Amino acid sequence: MSRPEQEWHAQSMTALKAGLDGGAFTSVELTHALLDRIAALDDKLNALITVTADEALAAAERSDKVRATGNGGVLNGLPIIHKDIFCTRGVKTSCGSKMLDNFISPYDATVVEKLSNAGAIVLGKSNMDEFAMGSSNETSYYGPVKNPWDLSCSPGGSSGGSAAAVAARLAPAATGTDTGGSIRQPAALTGTVGIKPTYGRVSRYGMIAFASSLDQAGVITRTAEDAARMLGVMAGFDERDSTSIDEPVPDYVGGLKESIRGLRVGVVRQHFDAGLDAHCAKKIRESIAVLESLGAKTIEVDLPNLDLSVPTYYVVAPAECSSNLSRFDGVRFGHRADNAEDLLDLYCRSRGEGFGDEVKRRIMTGTYVLSAGYYDAYYLKAQQVRHLIADDFKKAFADVDVIAGPTAPSPAFKLGEKVDDPIMMYLNDIYTIGANLAGLPGMSIPCGFVDELPVGLHLVGAHFAEETLFRCAHNYQQHTDWHNACPEDFE
Amino acid sequence: MSLSKDQVQHIAMLARLKLSEDEYAESVEKLSKIVDFVDQLSQADTSGVVPMAHPLDAAQRLRPDAVTEVVERDYYQDNAAAVSDGLYLVPKVIE
Repeated sequence: MSRPEQEWHAQSMTALKAGLDGGAFTSVELTHALLDRIAALDDKLNALITVTADEALAAAERSDKVRATGNGGVLNGLPIIHKDIFCTRGVKTSCGSKMLDNFISPYDATVVEKLSNAGAIVLGKSNMDEFAMGSSNETSYYGPVKNPWDLSCSPGGSSGGSAAAVAARLAPAATGTDTGGSIRQPAALTGTVGIKPTYGRVSRYGMIAFASSLDQAGVITRTAEDAARMLGVMAGFDERDSTSIDEPVPDYVGGLKESIRGLRVGVVRQHFDAGLDAHCAKKIRESIAVLESLGAKTIEVDLPNLDLSVPTYYVVAPAECSSNLSRFDGVRFGHRADNAEDLLDLYCRSRGEGFGDEVKRRIMTGTYVLSAGYYDAYYLKAQQVRHLIADDFKKAFADVDVIAGPTAPSPAFKLGEKVDDPIMMYLNDIYTIGANLAGLPGMSIPCGFVDELPVGLHLVGAHFAEETLFRCAHNYQQHTDWHNACPEDFE
Repeated sequence: MSLSKDQVQHIAMLARLKLSEDEYAESVEKLSKIVDFVDQLSQADTSGVVPMAHPLDAAQRLRPDAVTEVVERDYYQDNAAAVSDGLYLVPKVIE
């Protein structure tokens, strides 16, 4: 029987699982094929920092043996990629930084452990903005990732490597993290599916911290069904994360079959203000009309403090980052400056040399807003405004089940276009940041093209309403074909 | 410019970051822009609003004070630049 190897990469995780379980091919064959693809294509993209070929093939061999006995986890033999922010025992975990270029993690993150226990095969670690601070992947010590849809464009960030890898069919799924939009914005810019679950839904243990009250792990895939499959494994209580929430994990895949008849979809008046590209706005309205045609009801809602979400974020996130990144001192791990004169010199030079410009900027912003005399005016004020923003969502979710709108203000922008203007870059996250500030689940799904570049539809739900997001996205994908579009050079 | 070079030097010191002269010039400009940008928060009416401590209003969980981790000191210390007899080495602190 001839094996359509050339098509494996184009298949969803769900289809690959059926192929493996039905004996059409083995995990070793599949893993080989994707590793070959990475070797052939990633020079164009720079999506991966580390390829773990030997470990992947060994794990694939084990998974094939387990399958032969009729056992194996729900992801047995399926290849994935981890964002290089997740600690992986015995493997370099750089977080996109020179600071951790020499760091071999001595332990696995809970997300890594859970996916491996379910049988997933890790092909490698993906490129990202340094310490997840960026919206274009240009702050990475390892160079920018290119967008598979146009190699002169950014794939977004900070999970840009994961998004580009999934869009280019290097793997069917990749993990990501999202502090202000870092899963959803790159998913939108690369035409992939990205979900950031409710704060506390997925363990943060072993996920290198940026802003602890906002950080949440999630996943990037090409279909809502695959995202449901992955999150079902990743989610759940973990006593090693003090903010993990002890709530049962629903059967996300099982819940996909239901229709969205009667689903109340909120459309935010403020989303269609001047900041949104007019062509993108049209695509968003068309996709909301598709949801209506499937039986959903649209209701107009207000998020009056939307404009304040970006300045709130750029006080809270840098404040938490300045505290979290104080652990990098050149002593126990990470970059250490040579020939330090004294301890202070060791700290200052190790950090000055190890961190890039954007990370230093955020550490200093955070240090400033927390410093004596400024705490009340900035940090306390921002936490109050954060409450107002969360209340706006609470009010909206009294009337609707899902809020639908744009993920990003425009399609992918050119590499270099915004890199010199931090404020312009920060405003890219205006539609996504609110979900982080309020701890809500958010998801981006592909909903069309503008100038041959993908556009993302953003769905936000109430706390722990991931099921609703998956159902809404899956129904949409059953009636549209945007998620099957593939960038020309990566077919 | 809302921040002076002196202020930025003070912030860099508090943050334990050594910056070059060029980096100082750029930081004064860009940090000033960021501070001006976040200053719009001062326009918001927050009288009587409680600062948000947790996205889900959850309290910090406590756990029993029990040993749960395996100690692999030598393996952990492979990541350190300078160790001796299981100790991390730093420049002399007390003369």
